[in-house]
Order: sequence, then structure tokens, then C-alpha cells
Amino acid sequence: MKHLVLPRLALTPATAAAAPPAGRDLRLDLFRGVALWLIFLDHIPQNVVNWFTIRNYGFSDATEIFIFISGYTAAFVYGRAMRERGFIVASARVLRRAWQIYVAHIFLFTIFMAEIAYVAATFENPLYAEEMNILDFLKQPDVTIFQALILKFKPVNMDVLPLYIMLLLFFPPVLWLLVQQPALALAGSALVYVLAWNLDWNLPAYPNGQWFFNPCAWQLLFVFGAWCALGGAQRLSAALRSRGVLALAIAYLVFAFLVTLTWYVEPLGRLMPTWLSDWMYPIDKTNLDVLRFAHFLALAAVTVYFIPRDWPGVKSPYLQPAIRCGQHSLEIFCLGVFLAFAGQFIISEWSGGPLIQILISLVGILIMVATAGLISWYKQMEGRSPSGRSKPPDADLAGGEA
Amino acid sequence: MKLLTALIATIALNCLPAWGAVAEPQPDACEVPASFLESEIDLTRVTNELKDKHRLDISVLGTGSSSLPGPDGAHFAYPARLEEALKQQLPGNEIKVTAHVQPKQTTANMVGGLDKILAEDHPSLVIWQAGTADAINGVETEDFRSSLEDGIEKIQDAGADVILVNMQYSPRTAAMLDVSAYADVMRRVAQQRNALLFDRLAIMQHWNDIGTFDLYAATKKYDMARQVHECIGRALASQIISTAHLDAVRMQTTR
Repeated sequence: MKHLVLPRLALTPATAAAAPPAGRDLRLDLFRGVALWLIFLDHIPQNVVNWFTIRNYGFSDATEIFIFISGYTAAFVYGRAMRERGFIVASARVLRRAWQIYVAHIFLFTIFMAEIAYVAATFENPLYAEEMNILDFLKQPDVTIFQALILKFKPVNMDVLPLYIMLLLFFPPVLWLLVQQPALALAGSALVYVLAWNLDWNLPAYPNGQWFFNPCAWQLLFVFGAWCALGGAQRLSAALRSRGVLALAIAYLVFAFLVTLTWYVEPLGRLMPTWLSDWMYPIDKTNLDVLRFAHFLALAAVTVYFIPRDWPGVKSPYLQPAIRCGQHSLEIFCLGVFLAFAGQFIISEWSGGPLIQILISLVGILIMVATAGLISWYKQMEGRSPSGRSKPPDADLAGGEA
Repeated sequence: MKLLTALIATIALNCLPAWGAVAEPQPDACEVPASFLESEIDLTRVTNELKDKHRLDISVLGTGSSSLPGPDGAHFAYPARLEEALKQQLPGNEIKVTAHVQPKQTTANMVGGLDKILAEDHPSLVIWQAGTADAINGVETEDFRSSLEDGIEKIQDAGADVILVNMQYSPRTAAMLDVSAYADVMRRVAQQRNALLFDRLAIMQHWNDIGTFDLYAATKKYDMARQVHECIGRALASQIISTAHLDAVRMQTTR
């Protein structure tokens, strides 16, 4: 029953990688839940509520939060399995998780195809003859479906799950190294990131181009999250408590905010010095630009400073909906993608104005919360409460790694 | 005295069409707020050509969304509408708009054919509509950027001004076709390379938002598509006239 006890102090110096803090850090669930909501909102194009999501106020967006926390929880759950039950068992569980995500991805793809096929059959407008070429792939389902199964063909907004699948496929050896030599593993991850940038490593996509989220680059964030979970956060704790780091982080966030302002306020764009824009742009999402990574780090540093692990707020009933969503991230992520399709569909069918968009955003989040509650109920019914810890942690307990 | 009469007559002639346009009973519902068209970039080549030679040669380079289907599609598409609008507003000048429209061309493809077009048309202005085919084909945004930059360099080296035209606002296909990354590239390239941007995406979204056009509507008829192109042609003409400061040109030529 010792796992039931939440540690009183976040930054208790733990005995390094060998023994990360026991118990669940509800802040992770909270922020992952919020990230899931933001991803849902961002996936409805032309939604007025989009203006409130963090991508409009800095370089990084919800994807970074999500990948980092997923790396963190994956290491938390499977790292323990690796120490207690060995490499084979831990690897088998990681790979099973990858398989679950693959199945979820293909399920979403099917729904997406249904929507596309419907639009192709019903929407016609000579004004959009060119745009409708996007539906050409329906003419050769033999190729398209096969390319989707091998994760080369990924329609808009369906890039995140394939990234996870790749990250998890390569996670067992990375995790082994993280448990043995955390610093070496992190250095290796950084090296792959640098090489990916210099040698243009990425996976090919169909019909052409490359993966929108380059796994060779984004692995850095995932491995960094895992490293933090396995004692790295303790090592950084002194830095994270320092006012100097805080000031630096805030300064960078303000800088990023000012830069993003120039994207949306045309007259400000002219104030941007050419040397700065030449140096800064493009801020590459595909390859997890250093500016984005740094922005996420700054955001995380500020968050951790003001919201310590023993922050009582996580027990507030108002935050439980987000925490619940974060605890069942794979299911809620998939639901979010589906709801974004559905919401978009409703907006197009009934020419939704801002009011409809706000309504759809709210209803979508409510459905996500209700579903997360339902999943919790199922698990409780089956004797596997996500908040209680009567068994060793497993993938479901961690709320899923996706 | 004779000179004075001539002067007044010319001024009057030059001003009349503008008045005439206002007086015409057409409801100008699709008028675009000036903020969409304003820019600090001047179309100096256009200004000079009109001032010195009283002519304006424009080449439009584009893909499917620069044309309309149907046998008389070219007549109703925005390049022809632009020519018409400019002729109305700049009388006494020879205006020629040549459209080079080929469906499904990526920006890299278009850059390949650019030299020939520049050599044949000798344009003082190139209106370059791009991005949609690149988004459909999933061309990497970096490649898209460098193609745009190459093209703009060629056009500017040939001494012509550039207007980039971005994608159409197409809410129905937005779930499958995300053009935002490509639109961002165009915006920044235009800013960095001193090219003008005609923000078709924002303008059409504005029309949709205020109810000028219902761009969600499914229809087989050409009416709305033609009206949209008519409006785009006129908005382009307004942008050219304001950024080339053609009212000033008119005044100068009459002196």
C-alpha cells in the first residue's frame, strides 16, 4: 500500500536513477489532459477558440507537452518494469502498447476515410475544382490503404500517433540504457537529433515528402521526458529552483510571444529586424526546431517553479476533468481526433459561425471528459482504479503512454 | 488658354471613369477593406511603365484556382476580370494581362517555365498564384520556400514587380487539405523579398465571414465561382492601383 502515499515534497532528493519518486505525479495528468484539449481545438481549422491555444503565444504547442509527458510516463511505468522484471518483460509491454496505438491509428484512419468519401460524393463547386484534387487518392484505394497500413500515408492531423508508434518501437533499448546510464542515453538521443538535422534523416511519406513529425528529431523530447522521470528531474531541481533560470525562462517566453505577435499583427511584422528573421526562420515543426524545444523547456521550467509537485491545487475538483483526460490519454487523444473531424463536419454542413464553433469546442471537451470518466468507471469496476495503486504500475495505470 | 482647356479636359476624362464606376448600379458587396490590400511595398516598375509608356503588361502565373472550368472559363476567371477592371480604371493606357495557367503544377514546376514567360511577355508585373498544388502534393515547405525565392529572384532580375497570390479559402476541404503552413511561407517570403502579397485566403475568408459568399455551399452552377473571380479581379486591380500610386501617375501625366 505504500504506493498510495503521495510524496509530500516534490523535490525530495531521490537516490538518483535507481529509485525515482514513487507514486503518481498528478501534474503530469493535468497538463497532458489540457494538452489533449488544446490538440482537439487546434485540429478544428478556422475555429475561433483556436485563438486561446498556446501555439498562438509562443513557438511550441500542445504537441511538445504531450510528447514530453508521454516519454515521462512511459519511463515511469516501463522503467520500473525493466528494473523489477527485466528487459524482456518490459520490452514486451512497450511493444504491446505500440500495437494498441497502431490499432487506434488505423481505426481513426477508417473514420477519416468515411468522412472524405462522403465529402467527395456530395460536395461539388466549380470554384474549388483545384482543391478537390486532394481527393484523387480515393481513386486508387489499393495503393492508399496499403500506404496507410505501413504508416506512410497519413492524412492531415493524423501524424501524432504514427510518431508515438515509432518512438515506442525503439524505446526498449533506449529505456535499458536510460536505466543503466541515463546521461549516456540522453547524450545519444541528442546526437541522433543533431545528426538528423545535419544528414536530413527522416522517414518517407506517401504520396511524397517526409513524415510531418520527424521521429529522429522528436525522439529528443520523448527521451528527455523519460530521462526526467528516471531521476533527471531531481538532478535539475537545483537549477529549476534558481531565480536566474526562472528569469531567463520568462525572458525567453516573452521574446517568443513578441515574435508570434508579429505573425498576426501585420504592422508589427515590419518591426522585425531582417537579421533576426533570417537567423530565426523557418521555425521548423517537422524537425522540432531548437527554438521550439527551448520554448517548451522554458514553459516547463516556469510551470515547475510555480506549481510544485505537492501543489494542493491538483486535488481541486475543478481540475479533475483535465486530470481524468490525461490519465486515459490514448483513448482521449483518439476521441479528440474523431471529435475534431466531427466538429469540422458540422461546421461545414451548417455554415457554423463563431457561436457554433464555441459550442462545438465546449461540447467536444465535455464529451472527452465524460468519456474519460466512463473509462475510469470501467477500470474501477474491473478493480483497477487509476488513483489507487494496489498493483505494480502497468500501461493502463499510467493512463496510457500515447 | 487652349492648354488649360486641354488640361481640364484630360483631368476630367481621367476622373470620369472613377466616378462612373461609383455611379454604376452594381452593388459592390465584395469590396475588400483597404487593410487587406495595403502594403508598404511599391510597385515601382508598374508606376514607371504607366508613366513613361502608358502601358502595363501583366503575366499571371498560376494553377487551377486561377481559372474556371467551362469553355468560356477563361473569360470569367480573375486574370481576365483584372484586365477588365484595370482598363476601366486606367483609361488611355494599354493594359494586357496574359494568363499562364496550368493545373496541378507545383511551384517548382512553375519556376521551370518562368524564363520563357518572362522572355515572351516582357511583363512589368508578374502575378504569381501558388501553393495549392504544393499543399496537395505534400511538397516540403522548405522546398516550397526555395522555389518561391528562386522564382521571385528571376522575376525581379527581369525587372518586373511581383504579386504573390496565396490559396483560396476552402472550408470544405480544410479537413483534408491544410494550407496554413504554405500560406505562412508565402507571407514570410513576400515580406523578406519585397514582393507584394495578395492575401486571397484572408480576403475570401472575410467574404465568407461577413456573408458576401457562402463558401461552404455545394453547387454545380458557375454563378458563385464567377462572382468570386470577378471580385478577386477587382480587388487585385485595387491593390495594384494603390500600391503603384496610380492616382499620382494620372495627375503627373496630365501636366
